[in-house]
Amino acid sequence: MYEHNGEKYFIVDSHMHYWNAAPDNWVPGAEQYAKGWIECFHAYQGLGPPETHWSIEHFQKYSEDDLMKDVFEDGHVDVAIFQPTNLKEWYKEGFNTTERNNEMGKKHPGKFIYNTNFDPRDSDAGLEELRRNVEKYNCKGVKLYTAEWNNGSRGYKLSDPGAYRYLEAAQNLGIKNIHVHKGPTIWPLDKDAFDVSDIDHCATDFPELNFIIEHVGLPRIEDFCFMATQEPNVYAGLSVVIGGLMYARPNFFNKVMGELAFWVGEDKMTFGSDYGIWEPKWQVEGFVNWEMPDREEFADFPRIGVAGKKKILGLNAAKLYDIEVPAEFQLPASAGTPGAHEVLGEPVAGA
Amino acid sequence: MTAPLVSVGPERLLAALETVRDPELDEPITSLGFVASCTVSADGDAEVRLRLPTYFCAPNFAYLMVADAYDAVSVLPGVRRTSVVLQDHFASDVINDGVAAQAGFVQSFDGEAVSELHDLRANFLRKAVMAGTDQVCRPLLAAGKDPAALLAMTLGEVPPSRALTRLRDRRAELGLPAGDSAPLIIDPVSGAAVSADALPLHLRKAKLTRVSIEANSGICRGMLRHRYDTPGQGETTLSQESQEEDR
Repeated sequence: MYEHNGEKYFIVDSHMHYWNAAPDNWVPGAEQYAKGWIECFHAYQGLGPPETHWSIEHFQKYSEDDLMKDVFEDGHVDVAIFQPTNLKEWYKEGFNTTERNNEMGKKHPGKFIYNTNFDPRDSDAGLEELRRNVEKYNCKGVKLYTAEWNNGSRGYKLSDPGAYRYLEAAQNLGIKNIHVHKGPTIWPLDKDAFDVSDIDHCATDFPELNFIIEHVGLPRIEDFCFMATQEPNVYAGLSVVIGGLMYARPNFFNKVMGELAFWVGEDKMTFGSDYGIWEPKWQVEGFVNWEMPDREEFADFPRIGVAGKKKILGLNAAKLYDIEVPAEFQLPASAGTPGAHEVLGEPVAGA
Repeated sequence: MTAPLVSVGPERLLAALETVRDPELDEPITSLGFVASCTVSADGDAEVRLRLPTYFCAPNFAYLMVADAYDAVSVLPGVRRTSVVLQDHFASDVINDGVAAQAGFVQSFDGEAVSELHDLRANFLRKAVMAGTDQVCRPLLAAGKDPAALLAMTLGEVPPSRALTRLRDRRAELGLPAGDSAPLIIDPVSGAAVSADALPLHLRKAKLTRVSIEANSGICRGMLRHRYDTPGQGETTLSQESQEEDR
């Protein structure tokens, strides 16, 4: 919970991690990838305020106590959603698995929601594991990383027939939310791995599922926005937007938030700190304090006010995950600012 | 062994590398800070070392930058042998060996790619045309030009600027009309005129595409600085806010 100017914000951190990327977890022979991955994450942390930077050693493996303090005690978060990333080709026990998250989180009842994941290239065995995980951890969501390396394959598209089989199975198991993270590799490598058009197909073909595109499709914000405008079940996960731009590039942050407010709308954006990349404290406080400057270049962006910030910081994700929100944090149904759908109507929807 | 007839200095090498762009960010690899070093021996052996913001930057774009750098340097008069080395990247060996052997992308990434990178490059040039459309149109609109009037304008009627030159260059590279009599606003895929009905959305898309590319560029520069604390050859260290005002 965060309170500012008499307004109370219920905070759902919809995208965070508990990883072990220390050398003791590196797969022999794949050390360079394990090292390269965590160093890349660490460089992202460099985009946050200097006083929030960690040493690489701390960043590789933070403790349960660190997480509870950074996220809940200092970070204002009420409920956090663990998003797993397996990467078992590089990390012996996986980078950040559902099992590891649960092992830690079960000591703190009511604080965490456990998402699981799947890889459509794992065939029948993967489907069985998905079923086991959903039942064991009561999962309502999955996190998919399409650039994951798997047995010589460098990634997949969500529109592949194998992926559809998994999406169907997930839906039958009661999964509602599909978080997607694009990465730099895919098959074939000559295509743009960050292209989001595969999600466009899925969103149309699985209207009962919600697709939360993490990092708003970065580096393809424009493709993501065109797609999200047309698909009612596509959401913008703001991890990296707030963490990577708000401090380091405030003017770009204004513009990106303005574009998202226009194309996607504040009802379909969810806050995620991406912890341990960035601590939630400065992100929550900074975002509540943030206002679009009153300048000509921002004049045609919808404004995100207190109601919009409440939705983005927690209420939207609470809806997606059926999280009970105390009445003091709730908004009247009509509060807020509409996005492009309502403003432009058909021309944008037909884009 | 005879010495080359023309001697080439590091400035000429750097100037050649300035023509090489990151296809996603549409900026020279020099100003982005991607050129770690470029040297040329008295005998005309050129060596260029490139670096990127992360170990996992997309291998297809990385390949294009290494291959383009090789092409730009190897044609310089006085250069006898060219070596371009991408350092600290997960696919460094494959890319460096593939470019040195002039093998092409498909052969370099055996079994992992089905075609060369022309379509990928063209796709990103079209994005650059969209972003460039916003860069050129925004000042016109700010000066009071009616949006509908933009449709009737030709490139020749737009006051000269760096942004206009860049837009023309990108359009020409795609084979789209880029001469004085060509319309200012066209569809970047077909080259056809944009209708009055479609104009508002077209301009919004142009603006969004520019915001996206510029935000990516901001993130990439920040990541590169975290990774390497020394500036690259020819790197422009623009302050974070002036970078966008400056365009």
